[in-house]
Amino acid sequence: MRYRRVPALVFLYCMIFLYIPSYAQEKDGGTSEADELMNMLEEGEPKQKKEFTTATFKTTRLINGHSIENVAKGVLDFKISHRFTNLSGGAKNFFGLDGANIRLGFDYGVTDWLMTGVGRNSYEKEYDGFLKMKLLRQRNGVPLSVSYLGSVMVQTMEANVLWWQTYHFSNRVCYAQQLLIARKFSKGLSLQMMPTLVHYNLVDKKSEPNDVLALGLGGRIKLSNRISLNVEYYYQPQGYRLDGTSNSLSIGFDIETGGHVFQLHFTNSTGMTERTYIGETTEKWEKGGIRFGFNISRVFTIVRPAEFRNSKNKIY
Amino acid sequence: MDECRSAGQLIKNVKMKKTLLLPGLLLAVTTAYSQKYMTRTANVTFFSATSIENIEAVNNEAACIADMKTGQVVMQVPVSSFKFEKALMQEHFNENYMESDKYPKATFKGQIKDISSIQMTRDGSYKVSVEGDLAMHGVTRHVTVPGTITVKKGTVVATGTFKIKPEDYKIEIPAVVSSKIAKEIEITVNAPMKAANQ
Repeated sequence: MRYRRVPALVFLYCMIFLYIPSYAQEKDGGTSEADELMNMLEEGEPKQKKEFTTATFKTTRLINGHSIENVAKGVLDFKISHRFTNLSGGAKNFFGLDGANIRLGFDYGVTDWLMTGVGRNSYEKEYDGFLKMKLLRQRNGVPLSVSYLGSVMVQTMEANVLWWQTYHFSNRVCYAQQLLIARKFSKGLSLQMMPTLVHYNLVDKKSEPNDVLALGLGGRIKLSNRISLNVEYYYQPQGYRLDGTSNSLSIGFDIETGGHVFQLHFTNSTGMTERTYIGETTEKWEKGGIRFGFNISRVFTIVRPAEFRNSKNKIY
Repeated sequence: MDECRSAGQLIKNVKMKKTLLLPGLLLAVTTAYSQKYMTRTANVTFFSATSIENIEAVNNEAACIADMKTGQVVMQVPVSSFKFEKALMQEHFNENYMESDKYPKATFKGQIKDISSIQMTRDGSYKVSVEGDLAMHGVTRHVTVPGTITVKKGTVVATGTFKIKPEDYKIEIPAVVSSKIAKEIEITVNAPMKAANQ
């Protein structure tokens, strides 16, 4: 009775023996066990986390207008932008470089999805402020990024009224609402669409609309890791534009060198706010109304990320 | 081979105690597995020191598994999980230098040289040398990492520091920033591992 079960036991132990040597062989193989371990790591890997698409554009501006990008949380971006006068001024005006409109601005990342900024423009002595919010971010399964931009612009020129007339502060104010819809198709190609509404509290003529509509289209092609070619165009439909204005078209390069991004471009727009470059561009490319311009962006980390709070590294 | 011997002895004694069979079987199987130690939250940092700027990045999502019997050790590091002090630097690291969309993981397959000197049954700390292949940015190279293995209450903590040259891994550094990035970058690994219960 007792011994009848022995063959079964021997069989079981044989199984164990068979199992162990085969296991040992793999150990001797060396690399094959490494592969096996690697597979163990991969099999048990937690499901893919949300990997957001990054670097759709190099900086927060495409050329004149905003791109889908925000500055990161706790980062301050100092922007210096110039638009010179028309190239057609020729050698006498040093191809437009004798005159310039300047915008100085600070952008700040409040959170990873909200950024804000202020600026001062020499063109029409204009102040501007904006909020940009990420509504949707491109990732696996989400094909697009969508952001909302809301901005306020106030021009502070001498009021053009007669002495008995009052010129309200609100007359100086203008608002812009913009949706930024972008997709990074590949590492080298990103495209963006920008439906825009610019509201003027006061326009020159009764025939002009207070609400100017525009559809912006833009994109970038990377020429190398650090240089990209950018294009930006704003189409304004008839009946929703100010008199005598033209569509803004800009072509430029982004050149990135570590903490700086240099944007060099040619554009027919004079201003650098939604009010001015979308609504009030008067020059035309085909009539030589092209001007050179640049934006320089320099970022500073104001609030360190949590991992680096105690870092002894000096940033500046 | 300890399992084989003990299993063999068990066979001889089988007439005596059938009841040993089941625990013996379990022991043979469990010991075969519990020599593997792993973690998915190993810490990998790198440090680049120059007179202009120090650059540091931290990754807490590295996965590591070590077979404390054979000394085989493998590691996987998701490149995009490195956190930098400067957000833009992190973007450039992924976009321009490591091209993490193309090469999402850095891997290491190696062998702990002095594995036989490590006694898993007792708490202790051992100086070891790990040799193996480090693959990142599409390039695989042989590296030797001096490190320490600490056994404590059945857990294994592996640490090590070594230096690599970006140019060895075809990581291009443009002239404008070359003065800010060290020629040799120091990598530190800290992997506290527990027995893998598979």
